[in-house]
Amino acid sequence: MSTKYETVIGLEVHVQLNTESKIFCGCSTEFGKEPNENTCPVCLGLPGTLPVLNKKVVDYAIMAGLALNCEIAEYSKFDRKNYFYPDLPKAYQISQFDLPVAENGRIEIETDEGIFNIGVTRVHLEEDAGKLIHEGSIDKSKGSLVDYNRTGVPLIEIVSEPDMRTPAQAKAYLTELKMIMEYLDISDCNMEEGSLRCDANVSLRPVGQEEFGTKAELKNMNSFSAVEKGLEYEVKRQRQLLEEGGEVVQETRTWDESLNKTISMRGKEEAHDYRYFPEPDLVPLEINEAWKEEMRKEIPELPREKYKRFVSELGLPEYDAGVLTGDKDMAVFFEEVLKDYDDPKNLSNWMMGEFLRLLNENNHSPFDSGVTPLNLARMLKLIDEDVISGKIAKEVFEKMYNSGSDPETIVEEEGLKQISDEDELENIVDGIIAENSDAVEDVQNGKDRAIGFLVGQVMKETRGKANPGLVNQMLRDKLMD
Amino acid sequence: MNIYDLTIHELKDKIAAGELTPAEIKNAYSDRINEVEDSVKSYITVTDQLADQGLAAYEKKKDGLLAGIPIAVKDNMSTDGIKTSCASKMLENYKPPYDATAVEKLSEAGAVIMGKTNMDEFAMGSSTENSAFFNTHNPWNLNHAPGGSSGGSAAAVAAGECAAALGSDTGGSIRQPAAYCGVVGLKPTYGMVSRYGLVAFASSLDQIGPITKDVEDSAIMMNVIAGHDPKDSTSIEGKKEDYTEYLKEDVSGMKIGIPEEYFNLDFDKEVKESVMAAVEKLKEAGAEVETVHMTDASYALAAYYVIAPAEASSNLARYDGVRYGLRSEHASDVSEMFTNTRHEGFGDEVKRRIMIGTYALSSGYYDAYYLKAQKVRTLIKDDFDRIFNDFDLIVTPTAPTTAIELGSKSDPLEMYYTDIFTVPINIAGVPAMSVPCGFDSNQMPIGLQLIGPHFGEGKIIQAAYTLEKLLNIKDKRAEL
Ligand SMILES: [Zn+2]
Repeated sequence: MSTKYETVIGLEVHVQLNTESKIFCGCSTEFGKEPNENTCPVCLGLPGTLPVLNKKVVDYAIMAGLALNCEIAEYSKFDRKNYFYPDLPKAYQISQFDLPVAENGRIEIETDEGIFNIGVTRVHLEEDAGKLIHEGSIDKSKGSLVDYNRTGVPLIEIVSEPDMRTPAQAKAYLTELKMIMEYLDISDCNMEEGSLRCDANVSLRPVGQEEFGTKAELKNMNSFSAVEKGLEYEVKRQRQLLEEGGEVVQETRTWDESLNKTISMRGKEEAHDYRYFPEPDLVPLEINEAWKEEMRKEIPELPREKYKRFVSELGLPEYDAGVLTGDKDMAVFFEEVLKDYDDPKNLSNWMMGEFLRLLNENNHSPFDSGVTPLNLARMLKLIDEDVISGKIAKEVFEKMYNSGSDPETIVEEEGLKQISDEDELENIVDGIIAENSDAVEDVQNGKDRAIGFLVGQVMKETRGKANPGLVNQMLRDKLMD
Repeated sequence: MNIYDLTIHELKDKIAAGELTPAEIKNAYSDRINEVEDSVKSYITVTDQLADQGLAAYEKKKDGLLAGIPIAVKDNMSTDGIKTSCASKMLENYKPPYDATAVEKLSEAGAVIMGKTNMDEFAMGSSTENSAFFNTHNPWNLNHAPGGSSGGSAAAVAAGECAAALGSDTGGSIRQPAAYCGVVGLKPTYGMVSRYGLVAFASSLDQIGPITKDVEDSAIMMNVIAGHDPKDSTSIEGKKEDYTEYLKEDVSGMKIGIPEEYFNLDFDKEVKESVMAAVEKLKEAGAEVETVHMTDASYALAAYYVIAPAEASSNLARYDGVRYGLRSEHASDVSEMFTNTRHEGFGDEVKRRIMIGTYALSSGYYDAYYLKAQKVRTLIKDDFDRIFNDFDLIVTPTAPTTAIELGSKSDPLEMYYTDIFTVPINIAGVPAMSVPCGFDSNQMPIGLQLIGPHFGEGKIIQAAYTLEKLLNIKDKRAEL
């Protein structure tokens, strides 16, 4: 019988923090500026310059650590990671080696296979490097240009334990991390812009074996789908190797999106010796209880807790709760509406239906549209109070979305109020009965579905304004006694 | 006395009395530079323009502590728009876009900056012979070295090419050349003077300090340059002292330790006799002098030659030819450009230390070298703290000999040994001053080192000031 293998995955995730200024100087971190516009002698590493730690960056790292259930270090320090590269102006990166800001955390994730706890080994602070720019491809370009705008932008690196067993779990973990960072509002978490970056360690071992197999480090996965595809490819590659009696080599591999495969970048022998040593230009970081508590207060309800509460307290289906909490603004908007409206399921249907459709169409986030939480609550009440029909409501909602008006004004100005007055409907209903003798006959012969057709005709005649329940009742009264 | 022989406080007095104008002073020093610079060669760059700017700003800054006073700056401190070469080919054409904090403070105090002085390349050396450009000559005997690495600054002060100068001291680089050139050199407590803009050699040891013609000037210079700087995280926060308050002729009851292990080292007999004679004078003036026991200084030297190169290997990695300074013309790809730039741009001593430092930090050797050296460092600090529990000051010679002859030492280890008395002070982070205490039979100056506890600059100044009065040799100038 052939050996069964188990996949072991650990992720190293870099998250760019969205502080206004860089980690060790006063330069702006704004994305998309002219090359080298956001630079100064300090972040350019000019001789004689010295780093000064931006406190906000530490605030954010403490928040991240707490949100990932880590222990926050009372005493932490910075170290230099030495290597030569043109985008690294000091030829060392200020990072943290043996005393990171936070350690020993964990987060809960959920996949189709169930709920898993993934360990977080550490969260440490470091500075980002610059960017090399080439004309055409790197090997055809006449030279390299360097943009140091990104140099010194604060990063946290979040290292997981090798606790994931499938690419789907890895994706769920990464998604959960992204959501947590978004809820904390400490990062834009945009993989395409590079504010969220993910490297993976992948290995296989026979099921039941405790010892890890030889791992490959996977880089350059620049989207969520790339992470999943890259990992799936790598797992398959290693399994095939092992099944054919081969051996996995310890190496760094890069995910090639165009070729849809991973390619060897460098072997173990070429691995860097970073010669870490304590950064003498910075004093050690001491984080006392008061600072920690101050940061703890800044942490909002996190996505996983919110999800659970939406299910247990609001009675939402898990699917709804997942979609709503999957985007922080969506969840916040939802809860804002609930302050003025008390049917969570009905609200959820609207948000996940019409609202989400329009948001996607317009590439908006919930607070970008003309719909305010209060106006949505008022519109839902208009439906519940039979002032407008559900169908008309869609029209009203779209007008709210585009104009920012409140629902009552729209209903008033457009004359969309539901007709619930029997006297007003009497003539129209009688007219429809007179014009549709076939359907009337069907109804009288017990074909109940024909009632629906007649209701539809009345609705058409009233341009959707008739109260469909009332029309239905009136038709039954007239035709069935 | 010539104008160029006057001290800062004497020049200030003459300006105040209307006997001299800042322009006359500046011209006297410029003339002196023209007269002796060819034989002394203190300066890499004479900054006429900067001096004129300083002079032009005199009216606005005339209340400044250094208003109208000609000052020289070691060429490893950033000066906005003015070449800051560190005496290296690597930075031969580098002009920083900003001023070092210490330089800024000089300007704010009204100083007239005369030029940037020669040094050992990147401050690595003890004779200024490691300058990539030329040797500086000791004004007391032009065949001798001025010491190093702040040799240009010490020689400029001794030769009357400036009233005072800034140096930097990582293992003795202010004190040893001050001793060799017969002037006063102070290395302040680590963190007392901002390092912002000082091109780093070994960040945890580097410190800027004054080189002056007498102790009073040292106190004035400290009043200008000391103090917390938000741009330097390692600079100390706290109340700034007025160091001139310590200019008192009084050592009665002051407890001075004489470390036997230092005096037992193998060093020049005339130096030893001169230092002991000066100690005797302090004793006669009421100081309580006692022999103390300290850790062998050779441990500090060993730790220093691991820690300093380790930090240097990282600090000097940025000179890669990408952004500024030298870039090798002979390279076909980026890694070759890095290699060739560094091969062509650095001198032998710099390369030697980068290699030692890289080795000491390498995986597999880190624990045995860097970590061990850091442990030794802690022991040495503790050792000094222990002595300073019972003593106000420690006295040693500044250097084992008087100024060496140019070209006489080719073995780097022999050269490293000239720092034996000064290195432990940087390792411990405490302040120390070299003050002239006599001359050897060749009429070369001898320096005595006064070491104080953290923030003990005041006590050092007081003892040095007293000694200066007792010895009465401070007006003796090198003849050129
Ligand atoms: Zn900057």
